[in-house]
Amino acid sequence: MAASDDGRIVSPPTDAATPPALEVIGIEKWFGTVHANSNVSVRVAPGTIHGVIGENGAGKSTLMSVVYGYYQADSGEIRVNGEAINIKSPQHAISHGIGMVHQHFMLVDTFTVLENIVLGAENGRLLAPSLATARDELERLERDYNLEVDPEAIVGALPVGVQQRVEILKALYRGADILILDEPTGVLTPQEVDHLFRILAALREQGKTIILITHKLREIMALTDEVTVMRGGEVITQVKTAETTREDLAAMMVGRTVLLRVAKGDAHPGEALLEVESLSVVDRTGITRVKDVSFSMRAGEILGIAGVAGNGQSELLEALAGIFPIQSGHIRIKGEEISSRTAEASRKLRAAGVAHVPEDRQRMGLVTSFEANESGILGYHRNEKYNGRVLMDYRATIADVGRQMEEYDVRPPLPRLRTGAFSGGNQQKIVLGREMDRDPDILLVGQPTRGVDIGAIEFIHRRLVEMRDHGKAVLLVSVELDEIMSLSDRILVMFNGEIVGEVVANQANEQTLGLMMAGERQPKRTAANS
Amino acid sequence: MSDAITFIVLMFDAMLRVSTPLILAAFAGMFAERSGLVDIGLEGKMLGAAFAAATIALVTDSAWLGLVAGLSVSIGLAMIHAFACVTHNGNQVVSGMALNIMVAGLGPVLAFNWFNQGSQTPMINEAARFRPIHFPFADRLADIPVIGEVYSEIISGHNIIVYLAIGMVPLAAWFIYRTRFGLRLRAVGENPEAVDTAGISVSGMRYRAMLVCGILCGIAGTYLSIAMNTFFVRDMTAGMGYLALAALIFGKWKPLPTLLACFLFAFSQALEARLQGVDIPGVGIVPVQVIQALPYVLTVLLLAGFVGKAIPPRASGIPYVKEK
Amino acid sequence: MKGLGAPIEAPRWVTHLLVPAINLALALIMSGLLILALGEDPFQAISILAYGAFGYPEAIGYTLYYTTNFIFTGLAVAMAFHCYLFNIGGEGQAYLGGLGAGLIALAIGHWPAPIVIIIAIMAAALFGGIWGFIPGWLQAKRGSHIVITTIMFNFIAAILMTYLMVEILIEPGQQAAESRDFESGAFLPRIHDILALIGIDAGHSALNLSFVLAILCSVGFWFFVWRTRWGYEIRTVGQNESAGIYGGILPSRAIIVAMCISGALAGLVGVNEILGVHHRLLLEFTAGYGFVGIAVALMGRNHPFGIFFAALLFGALYQGGNDLAFDMPSIRREMVVVIQGLVILFSGALENMFRPRIEALFVRRAQAATAAE
Repeated sequence: MAASDDGRIVSPPTDAATPPALEVIGIEKWFGTVHANSNVSVRVAPGTIHGVIGENGAGKSTLMSVVYGYYQADSGEIRVNGEAINIKSPQHAISHGIGMVHQHFMLVDTFTVLENIVLGAENGRLLAPSLATARDELERLERDYNLEVDPEAIVGALPVGVQQRVEILKALYRGADILILDEPTGVLTPQEVDHLFRILAALREQGKTIILITHKLREIMALTDEVTVMRGGEVITQVKTAETTREDLAAMMVGRTVLLRVAKGDAHPGEALLEVESLSVVDRTGITRVKDVSFSMRAGEILGIAGVAGNGQSELLEALAGIFPIQSGHIRIKGEEISSRTAEASRKLRAAGVAHVPEDRQRMGLVTSFEANESGILGYHRNEKYNGRVLMDYRATIADVGRQMEEYDVRPPLPRLRTGAFSGGNQQKIVLGREMDRDPDILLVGQPTRGVDIGAIEFIHRRLVEMRDHGKAVLLVSVELDEIMSLSDRILVMFNGEIVGEVVANQANEQTLGLMMAGERQPKRTAANS
Repeated sequence: MSDAITFIVLMFDAMLRVSTPLILAAFAGMFAERSGLVDIGLEGKMLGAAFAAATIALVTDSAWLGLVAGLSVSIGLAMIHAFACVTHNGNQVVSGMALNIMVAGLGPVLAFNWFNQGSQTPMINEAARFRPIHFPFADRLADIPVIGEVYSEIISGHNIIVYLAIGMVPLAAWFIYRTRFGLRLRAVGENPEAVDTAGISVSGMRYRAMLVCGILCGIAGTYLSIAMNTFFVRDMTAGMGYLALAALIFGKWKPLPTLLACFLFAFSQALEARLQGVDIPGVGIVPVQVIQALPYVLTVLLLAGFVGKAIPPRASGIPYVKEK
Repeated sequence: MKGLGAPIEAPRWVTHLLVPAINLALALIMSGLLILALGEDPFQAISILAYGAFGYPEAIGYTLYYTTNFIFTGLAVAMAFHCYLFNIGGEGQAYLGGLGAGLIALAIGHWPAPIVIIIAIMAAALFGGIWGFIPGWLQAKRGSHIVITTIMFNFIAAILMTYLMVEILIEPGQQAAESRDFESGAFLPRIHDILALIGIDAGHSALNLSFVLAILCSVGFWFFVWRTRWGYEIRTVGQNESAGIYGGILPSRAIIVAMCISGALAGLVGVNEILGVHHRLLLEFTAGYGFVGIAVALMGRNHPFGIFFAALLFGALYQGGNDLAFDMPSIRREMVVVIQGLVILFSGALENMFRPRIEALFVRRAQAATAAE
């Protein structure tokens, strides 16, 4: 395996005469009225790692689902090793050596690792012989590819990184030569990501072909040999990774040059508006998700909470927003303690000037079947502004939400349109408009730009900085390190429910943050080394 | 003392007979639920099967042909439910209710149209019923205290369907936990997407689960009209399908606990017949309605979690639609 | 994806009018085939049915009398549906509602009529509401599946009523388990009597003032569900419980309120039956009306306007069905139940069989139109 000049791992150049391991030609796919894939053609050379990059909704997942046989293309051709094939089902795809590792794992939590691997690849009607065969094969695979897993472990209890290994083993057990990984690093720490990359490199060394779907430029540059850029359901270009740059790829992804950082002035923080003292939060299954966390947030600053998803940030955010019960500790808003009885807490917080943009807008922040105006008053529906003594004032609601939509650039600004009919970015703007329009003193924000197109991201980031410049306090929870580093004035890192480090933003870099996100505590500053 | 034992023995005997359709229906529901389908329509399938079995048994004088008829109807209804819920992602509760109501109406309509005896079918001959199977030496052993009574009354002397129902437990357990079909069935109920991407048809599994459900309900319904009774009458299932569902929940979707739950319910029903008008010391005469209501009240208490918590298969009741 | 505007959706009238109409048509076609199989002429059956439902003033009266019941149970099921709850307990709630009305009538029936009626209506709503409250509370606080609990409560209600009627409330010396007749203060005036006062001859039917109550409830329903904050909260929890919690709404409260109102509405059937028609307490006056409510709510898409017409349709089926059973002896009354089941099947369970295709048809047409611009 050769190393290029800047240390990236690359594979040797392929023979021009060997056919591509995988080639798709002119793929078209519609979902109802949505044109998910439009005349898509890609060539993947054998024994390489090929990246497919694009934003949310660019069509890359759809394309791979077609290749994997989960969906059938409306038209177009697929060739494996030069031979044209009509892939009718996932089973058909795997018989041609195409295996998929999904973003959301396709595992049965109540089964053991062995049962999961064997599901669908059993030999015979009785279970026992299938399990025996699988156990033997599993040992061999673990040795060859360095993928250690306990066959009898219950999958639901395994850490995420190990679950992913089970997914990869599933594909290998079925004889996959072409492995497709869809956004594999979303839930991994930087260290787990490195481990995954080493596994992928080992696979490539053994002659496997790997297709990596991602929206992260860093991964493309570090690992792939070639990259295909998709946008709006079409292929924009296919290039050798060595011959392009991050900026070029980002530009092709969005169709215009993108500011990867938000321009902002210095922060001028004032008094402490939010104080959290020894907060502990326990979830419904009894697991402590937030352990004894203490911090404070001041007016006029953006406090970022970094961390890999699942380390307690979500529970912390929801506890602060009054919708997750607190087990112990105190939350004080402008000096006043907030009780933990959920519905009351949530209402009191809103009355005290705290607004909350939830992490998952569709699951929590909106009701997709309601008209936009009804979603636009969620949480504030009892306000005098929208209510008479018995009946609600529909006209006032429409007027107010319509105004919000204009101010926050929601397209189209139609309050009577069904919420679900808006695109992801516009839905997010509806939520933001609703929360920020109250002129809250404290804004709690989770994943503000998840699933949002680049244009809307800029808008949202600008509004958040504006709030901070007007003396408000903004708590930003995000798994996108770029976003945290770009927007925050101070950064707290959460790992395993605890705050393991605090960094001033302009002194933060991805390495130290990444280490903290993986659990390395920030060394305590003593008089000796400060 | 021996009176008490005889009483208990007779009670158990009655309990076995009454619990048979309940067990079959509960296991029918188990297969459906394990695959992720909610089936409120156990009632309708049993009723439909009861009607078909009684009708065909009457016309052909054969219990076995009656069974075939009952099976056909029940499987047909199960397939409609699968068609609505699996192929068309319909609401599963609504589909079950619809079929129950249709059958509840259809039974009397057809019975009246064909036999003109109100909403019931004419009685069938003894020849067309499933007859009790007597184990060897049952008569001679009957007089031995305790063991003899148990052998001759409880163990021997039931018709074949009763034994089948009891045999259901090991059969179902084996099927669900030790076969490929069972593994896939459980997987479909927990994570249908995982099954789909493994190349197994989710619809296929669910249809097959409904097939098994239809077969078991068919046997249950047939038993009701031509084994336990001698005719079909409207509403003869009297909520048994819902009780079976409750027993299934009580049994946490597992074979042995479900069987025991069925026994419990059947026991209380058998008790109702025995305790009518009986003066219990210290309590007086218990109104028959109290005992009648007992299974239903028990079910409510059970569902209220006063008897433990039950976690259903994760995908239960959610139609499987491919996500984008 | 292409275009920044909202994706095109099918026009509202397609989803709310055309599709239900098609589903209904299918149910009726299947029923027609069944009638054919039973050896009768379906077209003749339909004309007898239509005439029996609307052909003469008495018929209309009886049709509307049935409609009244179906509006109550339809609204009841719809209210629960708005919180995504399946209230199958309409039968039991109606039964208890009748009990409530009847008890008041027996106790104070000698008081002046308007007062007795008003108190009796409140009692019916209260009793029905309690019978809805218990399963609602169990679902909200204990997670008990409301479908099963409401079904159980139907059985419990029937057993309870039997006990009460046979042991306690029965008029001595009577065979049937019925109470004594009410005094006139507890009589809800018949519509034909009222119409007679202004010179209209409307025959002699069971239609009574509870029909007006049903209409009032329908209007109130609309305002409550779509124009009050309690309705807003119920709908939010029904559509997306997490969003409800986020918005400061207690799901348990929404569930309980929805079920109480649902039970109360179903309980008003008792007002129609006990105060309006029978004028004494008796058994089995609910006659499956609770289940018809499910069909009505599904067909009417949980909206009072649709529910009214669906209730009217079923009222016509019941009344016409009576006449049909009379004129075509080989078809029993239970035929209506079969039609009911078919309607529920097509409007509820098989709704997705045709709706996507029909809607897609209209979307394609709209897309072609905008593309041509």
